[in-house]
Amino acid sequence: MQSDSVIWDAINNGFCSFKTKITSNTFCRHTYNLTGLCNRTVCPLANSRYATIREFYGKVYLCMKTIERAHQPSKMWEKILLSNNFETALKQIDTNLIYWPKHMIHKCKQRFAKITQYLVRKRKLKLKTQRKIIPLNRKVEKREKRREDKALVAARIENSIEKELLERLKKGTYGDIYNIDHKEFEKALNEEESEDEQTKGKEGEDEDEDEFVPDDEDIEESDISDIEDIGYTSSEEEEEEEVVKGKGSSRTKRKRQLIEIEYETEQEPPAKNKATTF
Amino acid sequence: MMAKKMKGSSSSSSSASVEMLKKEGSSRASMIKNKILRQAMYRREKLIKLKEKREKRKKLAKEREQLGENAPPKPIPKTLESTREPEETTVLADDPEILQDEKTDEFSGYFDRKTSPKILITSFTRAHLRSNLLMRELADCIPNSDMKWRRGSEIKSIIPEAIERDYTDIIIIEENRKIPSGLWLIHLPEGPTAYFKLTNYKRGREIKGHGTPTSHYPEVILNRFSTKLGHTIGRMFASLFPQDPNFKGRRAVTFHNQRDFIFFRHHRYIFRDSLRVGLQELGPRFTLKLRTLQKGTFDTKFGQYMWMHNRKKMDTSRRRFHL
Repeated sequence: MQSDSVIWDAINNGFCSFKTKITSNTFCRHTYNLTGLCNRTVCPLANSRYATIREFYGKVYLCMKTIERAHQPSKMWEKILLSNNFETALKQIDTNLIYWPKHMIHKCKQRFAKITQYLVRKRKLKLKTQRKIIPLNRKVEKREKRREDKALVAARIENSIEKELLERLKKGTYGDIYNIDHKEFEKALNEEESEDEQTKGKEGEDEDEDEFVPDDEDIEESDISDIEDIGYTSSEEEEEEEVVKGKGSSRTKRKRQLIEIEYETEQEPPAKNKATTF
Repeated sequence: MMAKKMKGSSSSSSSASVEMLKKEGSSRASMIKNKILRQAMYRREKLIKLKEKREKRKKLAKEREQLGENAPPKPIPKTLESTREPEETTVLADDPEILQDEKTDEFSGYFDRKTSPKILITSFTRAHLRSNLLMRELADCIPNSDMKWRRGSEIKSIIPEAIERDYTDIIIIEENRKIPSGLWLIHLPEGPTAYFKLTNYKRGREIKGHGTPTSHYPEVILNRFSTKLGHTIGRMFASLFPQDPNFKGRRAVTFHNQRDFIFFRHHRYIFRDSLRVGLQELGPRFTLKLRTLQKGTFDTKFGQYMWMHNRKKMDTSRRRFHL
């Protein structure tokens, strides 16, 4: 038969699987424990008259121990669903626990308050926008970084910007701001081109000049930006530069020779890399 | 002393190996067990190969010169660009369908000069130094833009407020490990919303020879946006900047697309003459890569995606590009 004092004696002085001792206090791991402490008054095993509050999936129940069903532990706890309204729920606790000790009713109400508060907090958090953490594939990231570097080299951004700006200048986007007479220049350009064709018949070398000539001049700004470019200037850039079809230019012969030398010394080593990288 | 000796010995043995190389066409350097000697040999072989290549090239050039006009056309090297897989949606100039689309899309208001851009720049909650710097620099770069601290407000609540205050775009900087890692570009009031991966952010100050940006309206250069998707993205970028640039400011903002990477650059230029341009970078610079394009404004849960990068399905070929 059920004997509270015998059970408590065994638990208190002997072994209880729910009992957890730490230096400062003794706790109880039993799920139906009202306060979580290991006491004579709140021990769920050593009290015939016992009640507690528990939460299942967001719903709060008042659980009352019915000692007559102690032989059927699964049916021992009578569960009463508490109202969502806090005050009616308190009334429910009062009406159901008429014959229970006062301290137990008090503790039940405290526990109920605690549970409702954390449920409210939980719902608020759920409604807030939540961050989703997405894993990044290290391998893919690395690959993309590599491809980005290569794309940057292939882009030759400064050249393309210069080209675009010149095109705009030719189109007359800038109106009268600049004192450059395009028509005359173009005329001179065409003449030189035709001369070039007659004398040499090759176009490829002309094209390279377009890219390189600014380096020779003592332009402060452009020089600086070009220096930077050299950092990127690895294999592909040089290699592709050779091919890009630019318009013919109006360089003199002297300049061309200078450039050729530069072009060769820089050109050679990357040519090898290219085969490996692409 | 030792090194000198080594050098001497390697040079004497290398001449023999060079002969061997020429004969067999393969290197015997790997057979040498002494590491220093072996490396010297490799270096030597490399030089020889380069020299041969140079000579070959010279010879070819000479031949071309001799042939004159009869010279065969120069072969086109195979790059990812030249061997790119043909894209169905490549936009051709004056395609009536595209023109019609452009008349009715979300950016038509800007291009018809009905709206003028006003940009809101903000970050993710708890942005750190780099993100804040990027925000500030973007605010300096883009005219009519305001940088606002996020202060924990939600994007979805920011959007209606921004619309009320006549903002046309919201830029949100995302960060990972205190480094800016993403950029949301939300066009208002009806979208679309683009999300980019952001990498390689460099401050203006970190760029060698940088200048300081002025407040003139910049020109926008959009390079190589060829497909329909690319056009949409390009229009999105273009609509961040006012229509009439101050040409006297000589500022140019570039969005250069290469192999689906969009390089952002900001320069001041000067025309040396009708053939030469000087450029000075003002910064910032960074790279974007499109991840998603969403219809409507920001909605990660129920938003309808016009385009979403799917690595496993889309990145099956290196030669396929989407922008």
